[in-house]
Amino acid sequence: MAQLEEVTVDQIKHLVSERAIQGETMLLNMGPQHPSTHGVLRLLLELDGETVVNCIPVIGYLHTGIEKNMEAKNYTKAEVMTDRLDYLNTVGNNLAYSMAVEKLVGLDVPYRAQSIRVILAELQRISSHLIWLGTTGLDVAAMSTFLYCFRERESIMDILEMCSGQRMMTTYIRPGGVWRDVPVEFEAAVRKFIKMFPRRVDEYEALLTRNPLFLDRTYGIGVIPADVAINYGMTGPSLRATGVNWDLRKSRPYSGYEQYDFEVPTATEGDVYARFLVRVKEMRQSLRIVEQALDKMPMGPVRSSNHKFVPPPRSEIGVSMEALIHHFKLWTEGYSTPKGSIYNAVESPRGELGVYIVSDGGPKPYRIHWRTPSFDNLQALPYMAKGLLVADLVAIIGSVDIVLGDVDR
Amino acid sequence: MKPELESVVNALNKAFKVESSEFRGDVTLHFTADKIVDACKMMRDELEFTLLSTMTAVDLGADKEPRFNVLYYFTSVARNLSIGFLVPVSGENPSLPTVSEVFRNANWRERELWDMFGIKFEGHPDLRRIFMPDEWEGHPLRKDYPLGYEEPQFTFNYDEIDVSKPYAKE
Repeated sequence: MAQLEEVTVDQIKHLVSERAIQGETMLLNMGPQHPSTHGVLRLLLELDGETVVNCIPVIGYLHTGIEKNMEAKNYTKAEVMTDRLDYLNTVGNNLAYSMAVEKLVGLDVPYRAQSIRVILAELQRISSHLIWLGTTGLDVAAMSTFLYCFRERESIMDILEMCSGQRMMTTYIRPGGVWRDVPVEFEAAVRKFIKMFPRRVDEYEALLTRNPLFLDRTYGIGVIPADVAINYGMTGPSLRATGVNWDLRKSRPYSGYEQYDFEVPTATEGDVYARFLVRVKEMRQSLRIVEQALDKMPMGPVRSSNHKFVPPPRSEIGVSMEALIHHFKLWTEGYSTPKGSIYNAVESPRGELGVYIVSDGGPKPYRIHWRTPSFDNLQALPYMAKGLLVADLVAIIGSVDIVLGDVDR
Repeated sequence: MKPELESVVNALNKAFKVESSEFRGDVTLHFTADKIVDACKMMRDELEFTLLSTMTAVDLGADKEPRFNVLYYFTSVARNLSIGFLVPVSGENPSLPTVSEVFRNANWRERELWDMFGIKFEGHPDLRRIFMPDEWEGHPLRKDYPLGYEEPQFTFNYDEIDVSKPYAKE
């Protein structure tokens, strides 16, 4: 045991200051089991009293080898794994994966399916931001927001369950469209949510935005300038809070985002409070997109009719020989994709969610890499936390909005 | 190819003599290991590609030479463009110069590639494993690393399978 400790100190020698080796500052583990690290994140802190001298994130506690696992499964089966990456943004992960596969094989998506995708992805963005808002409030001792946020999230979960049969691991968006059409009660449920939600956001803002205690804990804390943030690979709301107007939905519209009228909220301070403001404004914008998409949603098919990649409907299998063959081929060996490699990115609630697929022409991805936004956003944490108090560090972790399933893959 | 992207490719071609390829609208430039650090600096300072979106590798198989392809994927926030660099790496003592001085997020990305593929990055400030435990053997995303699974034990073959289970027995 003594030997093991020696090795560990040796390995981190270059990361901590000279004072830590001499015992002047304290080395302390925060996590991996700690309520405010939002999962199994371990931070090795070098503390001078209560001031953070160095902060070294140690990740990998939730590493599940999803990339390796997906290489061993065909494209249909591999999709189930995508939900497990960023478990607060399952629909967004399905969307990123489906769009990457569609780009690889050159598949068109019907307009109705595109609208459904946008509605669900935006609802999921709201639900992810609600979790973030609730837990961040909890971190800075604003308990009540947490309960309100989870109440509203529940109605989004109900909508997802209505469509896919699952609350979280939906696998609803599939390459070539969506699994099935939305049920008849879908529109009413979403309309009810659209009507109810703006008032609820006002309530959260009443609790936090001008709350002096909340301002004390967040304003001017964890500042990161725009150029440093980009250099750290930060994307999403955390980057927009530094004043960079970069949103893939706006700059590279996909899935019909160009038809909808919405703004990209930005702030310039780059601190915890700016990140809070940007995300709260984003929830309102997402709601605008949902409303427009619902109004404009066309009728029609929800799955591509190219049955080389998309299974034919059950009703056809009984009467059409070709449909039966397609069905058999798809469920036994899957579909083959052309040889080549593509990268495709979408805007997840946390930033740029990219999928890189290398295909060797077979039915399984030869290599699939996930560019997960949390992984890069978390890297900037030591920069932001240096010289602040441990209590501020807790607020910063919350504000960056990491999901450990997204970091560790 | 977009005309703006073409000017980027031409500028890089003029400085480094690289070949380019395009698939489904994704433009990839084929670099060699010795030029990559200078190319990254040029991307960041001159061509406004300030965001290193991702960095990853592909194992082409243990019998292939060069065995690995390392991808650097850049995004220009100012110009709304993206481009990938592909660098072949030999299977024997795979190594590349680090770019973590140029792009700070390359720090963890390179640690990930060391952990998962065993590619060494020369000059990296902190090249430790990032996902797997420090004492782990092998590099999981290599193609010759088995995916592995645990054999299920039933009542009728419990002892038989228990013999080959890798845990400390009495």
